[in-house]
Amino acid sequence: MAKVLMKGNEAMAEAAIQAGCRYYFGYPITPQNEVTEYMSKRMPEVGGVFLQAESEVSAINMVYGAGGAGARVMTSTSGPGLSLMQEGISYLAGAQIPCVIVNIMRGGPGLGNIQGAQSDYFQSVKGGGHGDYKLIVLAPSTIQEMADLVQEAFDIADDYRNPVVILGDGMLGQMMEPVDFDNVKKTRRNLPEKTWATTGRGNREHRNVINSLYIDPPVLEKHNYVLFEKYKRAEQNEVRYEMVNCDDAEVILVAYGTMARVAKNVMNIARREGYKVGLIRPISLWPFPKEPFKKTVDQVKGYLVVEMSMGQMVEDVQLATECKKPVHFYGRPAGMIPEPSVMLEKIKQIAGGAR
Amino acid sequence: MEERIIFAGFGGQGVLTMGLIITYAGMLEGKNVSWTPSYGPEMRGGTANCNVTVSDDEVGSPVIIEATSVVVMNRPSLDKYESYVVPGGKLFVNTSLVDRKPQRKDIEVYEVPANEIASELGNLKVANMVMLGAFVEATKVVKMETVLKALPEVFGKGKEHMMAINEKALEKGAELIRNMVSTK
Repeated sequence: MAKVLMKGNEAMAEAAIQAGCRYYFGYPITPQNEVTEYMSKRMPEVGGVFLQAESEVSAINMVYGAGGAGARVMTSTSGPGLSLMQEGISYLAGAQIPCVIVNIMRGGPGLGNIQGAQSDYFQSVKGGGHGDYKLIVLAPSTIQEMADLVQEAFDIADDYRNPVVILGDGMLGQMMEPVDFDNVKKTRRNLPEKTWATTGRGNREHRNVINSLYIDPPVLEKHNYVLFEKYKRAEQNEVRYEMVNCDDAEVILVAYGTMARVAKNVMNIARREGYKVGLIRPISLWPFPKEPFKKTVDQVKGYLVVEMSMGQMVEDVQLATECKKPVHFYGRPAGMIPEPSVMLEKIKQIAGGAR
Repeated sequence: MEERIIFAGFGGQGVLTMGLIITYAGMLEGKNVSWTPSYGPEMRGGTANCNVTVSDDEVGSPVIIEATSVVVMNRPSLDKYESYVVPGGKLFVNTSLVDRKPQRKDIEVYEVPANEIASELGNLKVANMVMLGAFVEATKVVKMETVLKALPEVFGKGKEHMMAINEKALEKGAELIRNMVSTK
């Protein structure tokens, strides 16, 4: 199969099928509807299940059921839908059920609008549900990377028995770029057998139970420690990021997803004008990449975080730099795209005057 | 080389398809490409546009602010996107549906009576192909032969009967530009 031209939403759906996902439960919401549409067509072709639930609440609980039975399962939604799913997501994390959840962000809060935005960072990365849990959150910035990361997400989910979120935005969902499914980048892993899955007792001596209820405090505490051992392992092994032109950089732009593409353009313009500008693009938003900041914090005058929001990832950058250098912010909410000219102006201010 | 193009018009005029054909052809020529549609709670007869980038380098922002070319199929699109063209860039105007002249003096304007030419060919629906032919001839962003290869891929099965008239429309548009250049 040569390169094909696909929307981000379609590419993610196809990548999921190729990763062995055979169960999809969802409820329509713009700007991710092409995932649902694609799944409704493709799942029957591969003998899988496509089911449009009556709401996001039931969709996420269907994910709980299928994932608990050991199947590769996915749902997709946008901000308002993800809010409805939070209870189920907390239960999924508590019961250690692997699954992939796609959030194609739109402007908020409330119903907001349907343009691409990045204002669900906190919700996905810091956890919108209750209890001590983490989601592994991956943020692609090209359509190829959407396909790559969806395949990777299923492996990570199975490896850690944890939900994995693909955090994109309306722009990535809607735009088309060439995708090569033959050369999807994938980490080699020895995935554990799903001995815990509720597939019927058969000849097994014990019953498998999927549950997140641990009434006895010491038992629940032990369960929490088990989860956090897992998260510690993820922090060691699942950090992903891209660094561009950081070796000599005085000012470093920090952006993820669609915003990183705009930032890369601005970085190139600034370089042509004589400013030493680099880019750090976090790909895993949790675990957040701290290394690129440790490596650069001594040499830079400051960082400029750009987001399609009022500023959310900027807090993780402040933590990663331990506030040793100024962390500036520029963002626009509501589906507006931060302007390259303003970014350029801010870079010049941080670098200190004209070149 | 980086071409950043906005195609704009009424919903139903085929502006998203025009962009898709250029994007597909760019991909066939081994370029980096991206296609981003306008989307929203829009209805038939509303406005539609798409942003297309064809580049030798990685494509940055999928949304275009400074366009190397803008193609407008109707009057509201001219009003909205005339200012997006970079100085020295190209503006293609469907004069069949646009009742004013562009105001910019620092850009190259190509006037194409796309609907009239399409009517002469016997099918108003190919007005977008007439414009696309003119666009490809004037910008050379992709080769016409690659566009012809992209057509069946974009239109898919069931549109084979439209291929001949689409190709004729592309040729008419291109011919118009060749004549313009030779009389300049």
